[in-house]
Amino acid sequence: MDAQGTSQGPILPPAGVVHGPLGWLRANLFSTPFNSLLTVLCLYLLWITVPPLINWAIIDATVSGTDRTACAGASGACWTFVKMRFGQFIYGLYPIEERWRVNVVFAVGILLVLAALSPRVPGKLWSGGAFVFVFPVLAYVLLGGGLGLPVVETRLWGGLMLTLVVATTATVVSLPLGIILALARSSRMPIVKGTAVVFIEVVRGVPMITVLFMASVMLPLFLPPGMNFDKLMRALIGISLFASAYMAEVIRGGLQAIPRGQIEAAQALGLNYTRTMGLIVLPQALKLVIPGIVNSFISLFKDTTLVAIIGLFDLLGMVQTASTNPEWLGSSVEGYVFAAFVFGCFCLAMSRYSQALERRLETGHRRR
Amino acid sequence: MTPATPSTGPAIQIIGMHKWYGDFHVLKDINLTVEKGERIVVCGPSGSGKSTMIRCINRLEEHQRGQIVVDGIELTSDLKRIDGIRREVGMVFQQFNLFPHLTVLENLCLAPIWVRHMPRPEAEALAMSYLERVRIPEQARKYPGQLSGGQQQRVAIARALCMNPRIMLFDEPTSALDPEMIKEVLDVMVSLAEDGMTMLCVTHEMGFARTVANRVVFMDQGEIVEAAAPEQFFNAPSSERTRQFLSQILH
Repeated sequence: MDAQGTSQGPILPPAGVVHGPLGWLRANLFSTPFNSLLTVLCLYLLWITVPPLINWAIIDATVSGTDRTACAGASGACWTFVKMRFGQFIYGLYPIEERWRVNVVFAVGILLVLAALSPRVPGKLWSGGAFVFVFPVLAYVLLGGGLGLPVVETRLWGGLMLTLVVATTATVVSLPLGIILALARSSRMPIVKGTAVVFIEVVRGVPMITVLFMASVMLPLFLPPGMNFDKLMRALIGISLFASAYMAEVIRGGLQAIPRGQIEAAQALGLNYTRTMGLIVLPQALKLVIPGIVNSFISLFKDTTLVAIIGLFDLLGMVQTASTNPEWLGSSVEGYVFAAFVFGCFCLAMSRYSQALERRLETGHRRR
Repeated sequence: MTPATPSTGPAIQIIGMHKWYGDFHVLKDINLTVEKGERIVVCGPSGSGKSTMIRCINRLEEHQRGQIVVDGIELTSDLKRIDGIRREVGMVFQQFNLFPHLTVLENLCLAPIWVRHMPRPEAEALAMSYLERVRIPEQARKYPGQLSGGQQQRVAIARALCMNPRIMLFDEPTSALDPEMIKEVLDVMVSLAEDGMTMLCVTHEMGFARTVANRVVFMDQGEIVEAAAPEQFFNAPSSERTRQFLSQILH
């Protein structure tokens, strides 16, 4: 028994490898003269950028006080501005005494999203279904008013709340609509296919700004006089349709990657079109294009800032307006940094989640 | 699960069928009758239309002229009929075509649950019984990508059997397998034949044809050149083209 290991010769460690931190440094940072040069250059760039940034943002920054005078003489960031306008950045011009309604919507939304997205919580169908079907109604009533709550007009909505309303609506609408458009475009029926192609190509050929402009300025011209629906609603429809067209193309890419044999096998078993697509093709296709879908969501989230063009003030619009206020002249940098930080957090969260999701779906089986 | 009112006629009847791909005449005047319980091997050089012919039987390919009658039902473009025929006709593919996102057990249960509306526990019991029949019940919880080619093809056979079909079509079931795995798949097919399943099998396995088939059909250039019992087919083929083909594949 004990001769087994030795009869094949000793097991040697790989030659020429230095272990420990020094080995790591040599393997990863200084493996060639050129890499060493790059490493030194990067360290230098970090040295000239990071310490001043920390000085500005944290060490020399001011948070105290209630107006600009508090920051006079300080060389760092004036976070007093962000502190004093924080409410506006988050809620826009939403009446202060009604802000609890927004908080409730935020809280319910976050809970549902966490429940639907985190792998450990059971009942995905319920939480996901509630988020897609029940939550919008709840949010609509709570945010807009009615059923005994005072009405808050959408022109008062703004800040991060508006950003999230627009982004969530467009996300929730664009995924199913995108799937339908992608299936329609892959259809063999000429009219269905033609309609999908025309819609997708027209929408993709037009910039988002134009879609918003059309929705807000041109559309009312075609509506009968007296019929005028909400500006925010028009923007939501415009952005959702816009996002759907892009989503459709991402998903179509996934549909095309599924081998023909998968569809044939499903058909041969007697599954009809709906079940073939729903049980066999889409689960595989969507998994393949998760990076593309999240990419669309992230770019959609950032595109929501364009609603400023039609006079809706999302987070960025709110920051911009606040910093042009004479009280706070010269504070725009702090405002933009804050907006960038918030947008960055949301986008990072989406991207990390998609990576985790990809890894989770990949475990257990590989594609042939 | 007794088959509902088996008709008295032949299992499959193909009468004067033609098929074109664009201008290319792939199948020319195909006439073939398969009796119930009959086992037919279709062979021929590549591109001779043998796969296309059996794919017409469950409408994965559409024929343009002639008649195909499966178990007394004529194939038309009526979707209800097509689905009805597909339910009774199982198919096994060269590339297995298992669903990679589902486990072996889910692959097997899918059609019984969604097409036959069978309760899940019953479908799973049925699936396990067929997995035992193809001798891989221990792989039920794995994904297809974790199995060898031979195991995947046996799962594919079991998946087709779960629909309790009256006819099984095999489209080159061993052509994508490594040589050492061919036997395990052929063994399953032989045992299926011994149970009296009606089988139509496109294959190059001449040993299988010799021992299992009632008739061997030889196709070339979209036509059925010869159809005969294996003894006659291998020992005294009537056509020159068959002789040539046999001399090429039997070294």
